Amino acid sequence: MKKLLTLFLIVLLAKQGFAQIDPDLLRVPDRDSARIKLNMDAVYDRPFLQVAKLPVALGGYAEANYQYLGSDGVTEGHQFQMRRLTLFVSSGIAKRIKFLSELEFEDGTKEINIEFASIDFEFNPLLNLRGGIVMNPIGAFNQNHDGPKWEFVDRPISATQMLPATWSNVGFGVFGKKYLKNWVYAYEAYLTNGFDETIIANSENRTFLPASKANRDRFEESFNGAPLLTGKVALRNSKIGELGLSYMGGIYNKFQDDGLVLDEKRRLNVFAIDFNTIIPKLNTFVNAEWAWVNVDVPATYTEQFGGKQQGGFIDIVQPLIKKPLFGFERAVLNAAIRMEYVDWNKGNFSSTSGNISDHIYSIIPAVSFRPTPQTVIRLNYRYNWQTDLLGNPAAKLAGFQFGVSTYF
Amino acid sequence: MKNKFKILIIIGCLIAIGTSCEKIIPNAPADDEILDGPIEGLTPEQNRLFLNGDVAFNGDVFSSANGLGPMFVANSCGSCHAGDGKGHPFTTLTRFGQSDTLGNKFLLIGGPQLQNRAIPGFQPEKIPVGATFSNFTPPANTGLGFFEAISDASITALADANDADGDGISGRPNWINITQYSELRPGTIVRNGKYIGRFGKKASVYDLLQQTANAYNQDMGVNSTYEHYNTYDNQEIDPEISNQKVLDVVFYLKTLKAPIQRNQNNADVIAGKQLFLNISCGKCHTPQLQTGPSNIAALANKTFAPYTDFLLHDMGQALDDKYTEGTAMTPEWRTPALWGLGLSKNSQGGGYHLLHDGRAKTIDQAILLHGGEAEQSKNKFQQLPSNDKAKLIKFLESL
Repeated sequence: MKKLLTLFLIVLLAKQGFAQIDPDLLRVPDRDSARIKLNMDAVYDRPFLQVAKLPVALGGYAEANYQYLGSDGVTEGHQFQMRRLTLFVSSGIAKRIKFLSELEFEDGTKEINIEFASIDFEFNPLLNLRGGIVMNPIGAFNQNHDGPKWEFVDRPISATQMLPATWSNVGFGVFGKKYLKNWVYAYEAYLTNGFDETIIANSENRTFLPASKANRDRFEESFNGAPLLTGKVALRNSKIGELGLSYMGGIYNKFQDDGLVLDEKRRLNVFAIDFNTIIPKLNTFVNAEWAWVNVDVPATYTEQFGGKQQGGFIDIVQPLIKKPLFGFERAVLNAAIRMEYVDWNKGNFSSTSGNISDHIYSIIPAVSFRPTPQTVIRLNYRYNWQTDLLGNPAAKLAGFQFGVSTYF
Repeated sequence: MKNKFKILIIIGCLIAIGTSCEKIIPNAPADDEILDGPIEGLTPEQNRLFLNGDVAFNGDVFSSANGLGPMFVANSCGSCHAGDGKGHPFTTLTRFGQSDTLGNKFLLIGGPQLQNRAIPGFQPEKIPVGATFSNFTPPANTGLGFFEAISDASITALADANDADGDGISGRPNWINITQYSELRPGTIVRNGKYIGRFGKKASVYDLLQQTANAYNQDMGVNSTYEHYNTYDNQEIDPEISNQKVLDVVFYLKTLKAPIQRNQNNADVIAGKQLFLNISCGKCHTPQLQTGPSNIAALANKTFAPYTDFLLHDMGQALDDKYTEGTAMTPEWRTPALWGLGLSKNSQGGGYHLLHDGRAKTIDQAILLHGGEAEQSKNKFQQLPSNDKAKLIKFLESL
């Protein structure tokens, strides 16, 4: 009965919604998705459609791509992928109370995640309360990850294979901003559920923070009862650019259960710095992020799982042509390049004192075409050099990736 | 018109990219530069089995969630055998507890293998007081199907336990007890209820099934129906890995190709091989052997060049760790195969870690650490002019 009632309500609401759709009533912000205010504003800085008196605004983005990659002479052939279909729902509940959410379907329906679903209360521009599923503000990419904003098919390796983007958890926190002439100062701080022991017990065979994303229970209960603290301060000068400093840390292991001590408390700490700017005159967009990860790995565990990691990326995007093309009034053709590096295991072997490798270098020249600011067609050439733990000859991977991504 | 021209250019570029796909991916290394890959002549069905084993061997990573430990040495096969080559000291394992031919007296307190690592919350094992021990660097695992397919008679034919020919070299098989699950080969020779071991540094393992099940159990703490006693508390527990998985890995190991010699027509390499034979290295490191029958046709009745005789030899005091296995004496070691030696650096992190425990950092050092039955050959090597030494080492590096 309950299900029938729910179904009836959904049909009724949907019917009303569709009945009222009239293109003239849709409000689409006229904005350039590649140029945002602050990285922390990314969740607000999305195109939403508000249909008349419907209490919610809707939006989303989609990403699809083709790739042909090969490693050391071996290729998986031609691959077509529907990387993401993401739906946004937001609602202005009251003048200073907002609800924002992001539901993501990855690789078709292989992964379905609520990446963001928070209720924000604005008491003062400097004091906002946020509760729900929040995106932990570590680095810049985690919060500012929407596909149409980037000129590259793949997300940065350091952001997704070292840091766990997109990394979101249930929790509460505060954030605020202060504007002073050309400057914006901002902060965020959240306490959320956090990581678990899979970060050092996973099939990647390395310390791997993203492994905790597989723990669905984290939206219901904390793995160990210890909160994860994530905080960020950012400042932006309208002429210089934005600088962000962030920290995320907490205990990741189950140190006690049912009142019994199981292990000592083991922490992980992550520090990140991010920067973005637009070089005047050239109009070159530079976006960079670097992070350091420290994990307390038991000394009696295997050196396969490192205690220190570091890595980052820099994207340089140069608009080449900005004029109406193919009937698109605000078309832009960009040349871009991304350079990446991640060292998943920074340290030396205790047996030989030799360097532990387990790192990757990557370079991605790219061309992107933006028929509108919120849509991108991109062609990337990727080349990776990846070295195993022991420092044996690097495996080389290369190939082309072609993709489209757009907000809707 | 202008737009049409642009569209044509874009389409042309995309076609050019599409048709050049094969050229844009990095080249495969030459077949003789890598150790992985199947032997020639496998059927499509066997190729599928090989791939299953490849995934299990190189892809499976164990953690506390799927059976690792609680105590262990490594958490995957590939951790010890990167690229199917020799291992690095970081996964060197330690065996302890047996110092004579009467057996291991420490089996009930953790012997014969030390699990020197543990999952979080547990403590690793320590060597019991009074136990002698030896460190073993992981060997390459290529060409093992050829080892499996050689007949016992071929091995005993190379033996000269009492040095009847008076050359100072007296190889003998390691006569061992076998496990209940080992399947006897056709023509198996039994002596006093014991069988010829052929795998492992001391030739204390009968076949690849034992080697594999034992590695899951002793190296990773992963139990199977073959080896079902937990290394943590010596209790019988449920299998943590399927028989199919173990057998997939066994098939993979059986059908990994033999290392391919490089530069074999190079004059220095040819001269180096002759010097190798002249100073009697080849009396233990037998250059050529023949397999017998095999249920894998590609392995049956094949000539191969492992540079081992599968026999135990006394290697002198310097290599006597006072630890042994089976009926081997403590200074006795099974002649290690030399094929793939030149590629060791590619799996050992760019440098050599040779001999049973990786103590030799160059081939030259490894030769100079030979003693016992190899003393004469070592002395002859030392007496060689430096350019002849270089040729001999160049030959070894070509293997």
